Formats: sequence, structure tokens, C-alpha cells
Amino acid sequence: MKVDLAAVEEAAKELYIRALKVLPPDIKSGFDRLAAQESVPRARDVLATMVTNIKVAEDTDNLLCQDTGVPIYNVTIGAGVQVEGHALKAAIRRGCERATREHPLRSSVVHPLTRKNQHTSCGIHVPVIHIDFSDAPQTLEIEMVPKGSGSENNSFLKMAIPAEGVDAIKTFVIDCVVNAGGKTCPPTIVGVGLGGTSDLCVALAKRAATRELGSRCSDPEGAKLEEELSAAVNRLGVGPQGLGGDATAFAVHVELAATHITMNPIAVNMQCHSARRAKATFTPAGLVYGF
Amino acid sequence: MAHYELVTPVSEAQIRALRVNDTVTLQATLFGIRDATQIHMFDRGRRTRFDLNGHAVIHTAPNVRKVERSVEFPAGYAPICIGTTTSDRMERFTRPLMEQYGVRMIVGKGGLREGSLAAFQELGGVYLAIVGGTAALETTWIERIEDVDLDDLNPESLWQFRIRNFGPLLVAMDSHGGSLYREVKRDVETRRAQVLASLGVKAA
Repeated sequence: MKVDLAAVEEAAKELYIRALKVLPPDIKSGFDRLAAQESVPRARDVLATMVTNIKVAEDTDNLLCQDTGVPIYNVTIGAGVQVEGHALKAAIRRGCERATREHPLRSSVVHPLTRKNQHTSCGIHVPVIHIDFSDAPQTLEIEMVPKGSGSENNSFLKMAIPAEGVDAIKTFVIDCVVNAGGKTCPPTIVGVGLGGTSDLCVALAKRAATRELGSRCSDPEGAKLEEELSAAVNRLGVGPQGLGGDATAFAVHVELAATHITMNPIAVNMQCHSARRAKATFTPAGLVYGF
Repeated sequence: MAHYELVTPVSEAQIRALRVNDTVTLQATLFGIRDATQIHMFDRGRRTRFDLNGHAVIHTAPNVRKVERSVEFPAGYAPICIGTTTSDRMERFTRPLMEQYGVRMIVGKGGLREGSLAAFQELGGVYLAIVGGTAALETTWIERIEDVDLDDLNPESLWQFRIRNFGPLLVAMDSHGGSLYREVKRDVETRRAQVLASLGVKAA
């Protein structure tokens, strides 16, 4: 399959707008589950307002949240796909710029020192573009995540040591959730990265935070830990918006990588309740949008 | 737990009447303010021509469309999506906003800290919590963008919104030292030890 770069540019634009307007079904079901389990009346009211907002956004064709985030595109290139990598990245960037200008969207991206905003949602190394490969035949997938800053500002890395063991992991995750309080717009998805090097560990935490609800860590030990931590964080009492209640997180997700004999790295990245993402899948049959 | 309809600007007495757990719906005018706006106002000596005395500010930076100025769009901006950002980053600006400009209400999400609570108590102010991440709904409470100042900071300009039935908002910090965030924080700190024990973590 030869990739049409004009179609990629159009999809990169469309994905940004779609992600900002319609929440994936797994997140909507997540709200239903949390609302059914919530014991605190105020927390139930807060969750109900969030659910109302999802409907208002769809009915008025508006953005769910004013934070257009830092745009992230995760590209997965399958087997037998012909594409020039550099041109693909340029097409995605153009699509991201066009979404911002043509919708228009608030450009939330600035230079880190001058704080200058180009009003394109683009800048040095932004949009963030990750490229990976799969064995899916004749398939190109582009996932778009507009990562909101309220949750992103609560990202943490701890280079723990082996002697601190799993206790350090559990304590660090719990303390990150405690200290974040309402700043992350809970209920959140708490993404935990374990192992690797420091940079890989943080990247894993982001992947975990943006994973579909209901999915599990492919490593059995990681899956066990995420189940245990998912139950634990909802006993902390932070609640929706940090105003108290059971619904602190939809889930804790863990992603892990092998690490050094002397290392025990732990990273936490959180996703807010407006856990937005959208996906475009190109195959020889055409382009399909989903989540 | 009473509900109040407040038309801005408000008096100190109206603010002192509010207690945590009360709810408020705002009418008339609301000012949008953000990190860069306040960095420029309080760290770089810039002033706004707006009279904020007795008013409410909301921690926001909106999505807008540039349009021709008209009766409907007096500032040359049409609102697209207006929502609320995390207040905690702007903690240190609460006191100067109140002391220098007479602001009485801060609308935000996630809460403010002890310094703001002290300023609310001393000067007569409240923090009104909105549900963060519900901007599509919030946008329906905004009639138009009436004016804009410090617009070189766009989107972090100082925005003047015309609002109708903006709320209900929750009084989460009041002028009598009450803070729902402090209450939740204390509760969470107590539960933390139990949660860690349930995870089999040995006490340090």
C-alpha cells in the first residue's frame, strides 16, 4: 500500500478536531461505572455534570474542554506500507496547523523561554510525533492525543533503587495521586511506567495514561499490579475534582520495560477525565476513523 | 447550604454572607484571566484599563474566532469554547488581585492554597469551584465577549465576558477560613496510611 500524503494531512487535521469533540466509548462507560459506585452525593453531582458536558459538546458540535493540549500523534506503520518517513511527519504537522487555523482552535503551544505562541499549535518538536511499526498487513494507523496541561503538569519520575523494591513503586504512585489532588481534573487515568531508562520510563507512563479503559498490561505481573493499584487509589477519598468522593481514577494502568540491575525507575503521568483520543486507520479499502 | 444569585459587581457584605457548601449563580460580567495575564500585571508592572472592583475573575484562556466588530461581537471576537484551567498555578496572584484591583470572587478548578484562604478572610473574598473539563457546558453560559485588554498575550488576554446564569458554582473557600480542599486534604492524608497498609507496604 502506498500512502497518500494529502490524505494523511487531512486526517491529521480531522483527528485533532475529532479528538477534542467526542470522547471514546470506553471513557463514557467508565463514567457510568464510577457514577454507579460513587457513595458521596456531591461527587455524584460532579460526575453528572461531566456526563452532561459530553452530551452538550456532541449536541453543539463543540470542544469538550477549552484545553487543546499539546498535540501528540502516534503513528504505527504496518507490513507492506510504502511511505517516506520525513514527508509523513511534515504532512502530520501541516494537518495539525490547519486544524488550529481553520477550525479555529486555541493554540496552547509556546516557546519554553520566550513564551511566544505561533498560533499554530506547533513549535520546536511539537506536535510530538511517535513512529512505531507493527506486523499488521497493509495498515497505517495514526492515533491523536491532545494532552491537557492540568494532568500533564502532574508528571513525576523517581529513580528508586532495587533495595526499595515494589514498596517504593506503590508508595510513589499513591503519593503522586495524593499530592495531585484536584489539580489533574479527576477522575483520571493514572499512567505508571516501570523500568527502562529514565526517558523510556516516562514514555511508558504516558502510553499507560492514554491506553483504552479495560485494556490490560501485557505483562502478567504488571497486570496484577495495575489491578491492585486501581482499587487502592479509589480508597484515598480525593474524588472528582478533588472535592472528595470515591471516584479518584477510572483506573491505574501500568506499562513496563526491562531495566538495569541497579535501577528501579518509576514514572507517573496522568490523564484527566476528558481522556481524549482519536484514531485514523488507512488500509487498501480506505480510511476509517475510530478511537 | 444556601443558593445565591449574584449580579456583579458585588459588595463585601454579599461575599461575607457566603459559606463553604453554598452555591452561587453569577449574572452580568465575568473577567477571564490566566498565568501570562497575571505575570505581566504583577511581575512586569502592566496595568489593565478594566475596573475589576467587586468583580469575579475566572481562570481561563478561551478558544475564540476573530470576526468583524459588531453589536454582537463588540471586541471583534466570537466565543468558541470557554472553560476553566487549574487554579493552583496562580496561587500567588490572589492577594494582589484583591489588594490592587478589589477582586472579590475567583472562579476556578482544583482549589487554591492557604495564602489565598488568608487573603479571602482578611480582604473579603471567595473561591467558587466550577467543574473543570466541562467547557462545552460553560460556553452556553456566556453570551458574548464584550471587551479585551492586554491582547498581545492572546489567548491569555484579559477577557470581559457577558454572562447569563453562570453556574451553579460551589463556594469551596470562603471568607471565614473555610476550605473544602483543606478538609479533603486532611481526610486523604489520614486514609493514605490505611491504603498503603492494605497494599502490603511496610511502614517506613
